[in-house]
Amino acid sequence: MSARFRCPECGYVYDEAAGAPREGFPAGTPWSAVPEDWHCPDCGVEDKPEFTQLGDAEPAQR
Amino acid sequence: MLAVSTATQPVSWRDPKRFAWPLGLLIPLMPFMAWGLVEATGSGVFWFWGPMFVLGVLPVFDTLVGKDAANPPDSVVKWLEQDRYYRWCTYAYLPLQYLAMVGGAWLLTGSDLSLLEKLGLALTLGAVNGFGINTAHELGHKRASLERWLSKVALAPACYGHFFIEHNRGHHVRVATPEDPASSRLGESFYRFWPRTVAGSLRSAWHLETERLSRQDRSPWTLRNDLLNAWLMSVVLFGVLAAFFGIAVVPFLLVQAVYGFTLLESVNYMEHYGLLRQKRDDGTDRYERCQPYHSWNSDNVASNVLLYHLQRHSDHHAHPTRRYQSLRHCEDAPELPSGYPLMIVIALVPPLWRRVMDPRLLAHYDGDVTRANIHPPVRDRILRRYGAAPGSADPSASVAA
Repeated sequence: MSARFRCPECGYVYDEAAGAPREGFPAGTPWSAVPEDWHCPDCGVEDKPEFTQLGDAEPAQR
Repeated sequence: MLAVSTATQPVSWRDPKRFAWPLGLLIPLMPFMAWGLVEATGSGVFWFWGPMFVLGVLPVFDTLVGKDAANPPDSVVKWLEQDRYYRWCTYAYLPLQYLAMVGGAWLLTGSDLSLLEKLGLALTLGAVNGFGINTAHELGHKRASLERWLSKVALAPACYGHFFIEHNRGHHVRVATPEDPASSRLGESFYRFWPRTVAGSLRSAWHLETERLSRQDRSPWTLRNDLLNAWLMSVVLFGVLAAFFGIAVVPFLLVQAVYGFTLLESVNYMEHYGLLRQKRDDGTDRYERCQPYHSWNSDNVASNVLLYHLQRHSDHHAHPTRRYQSLRHCEDAPELPSGYPLMIVIALVPPLWRRVMDPRLLAHYDGDVTRANIHPPVRDRILRRYGAAPGSADPSASVAA
């Protein structure tokens, strides 16, 4: 099952199913494979440990 | 005119600066104003109109017009952000910026200006493209790929294509820490800062792109590398201008690029001077989140209008994806004594800079100099001067967030 994680500052969402190909994380890359010091690619303010997991039904609104 | 109804709630609030934002387009018109002033007065000194306007006229306007701490209410921000009028104010900078480049290249090669007058015109062009980096900065923070591409276009004339990588992924991540080449330190003069930020930012940008591409199993030597494709725009632009106006234009293009990015770096110099984020006390060796008090703020209206609220820098760093029209004044941010234009002039005279800024920085830290980001080579001297024992603990090594 794919999980989604949201940047608490700007709302960017990392979705394991989609990955972030431009960042070098192809579709299907699990969150655990993303480096701990990786920062939000949109705002640069928050790093991976600050991202919060979204519930299955929660909309990924920005 | 702003009494519109959005999906969320009706809005009755007027943006006092709404119709002031197009004034930013005066900047790329400076080379044409220079020509007009020279024609009208007969004096070639006006080829220097760019530096004269930015460093001489603007500080006067800042003083006359004064400050404004008014913020849009939170309830209108969403509506304000989606109003495309504000976007067009920044997009319109680019055609005028390129028109200035073409007109400037024509005047530099097709007229009988003296060498000194040509130098003046090159500096005027540099000022256009230095402000162009600010326009690129606003565009480069956005998610839309069109705006990110326009950001590169606006950076090309100053040869600073790596800026939108380093600024967003390097500077914003490490701001107000000793690791950031673009955050100046207490005791560091502008002349020491300039080589450190120019070389350090370039090195960091290359490292960031190399790392990103290596995760895709790619070599950095590809046009997918955003540094290479952005720099290529500068090569093409300068090549086209040289083909039309002759190779003699190239030295002036280089001079204006250096002056343009030097203006940008002088602004970098003042935006975080001496400010320091502390490490979190959770044993992870991470810095605390960037807060409004990690950037110097300035509410001067005249320069804020021409810089798309760049001087509301505290809110920008705390919330970098906010668009310029909705940036707020922050009560808990340290305030510069003037707008950026006058502060640039002060930065050029280091003893004056120390006199103006060091007491303000110390006051911000309640007199505790060890909480500041101190330039390592002069650390002991700074500690002695500002009343802490030499060898006092380096705060970047400890202290709770």
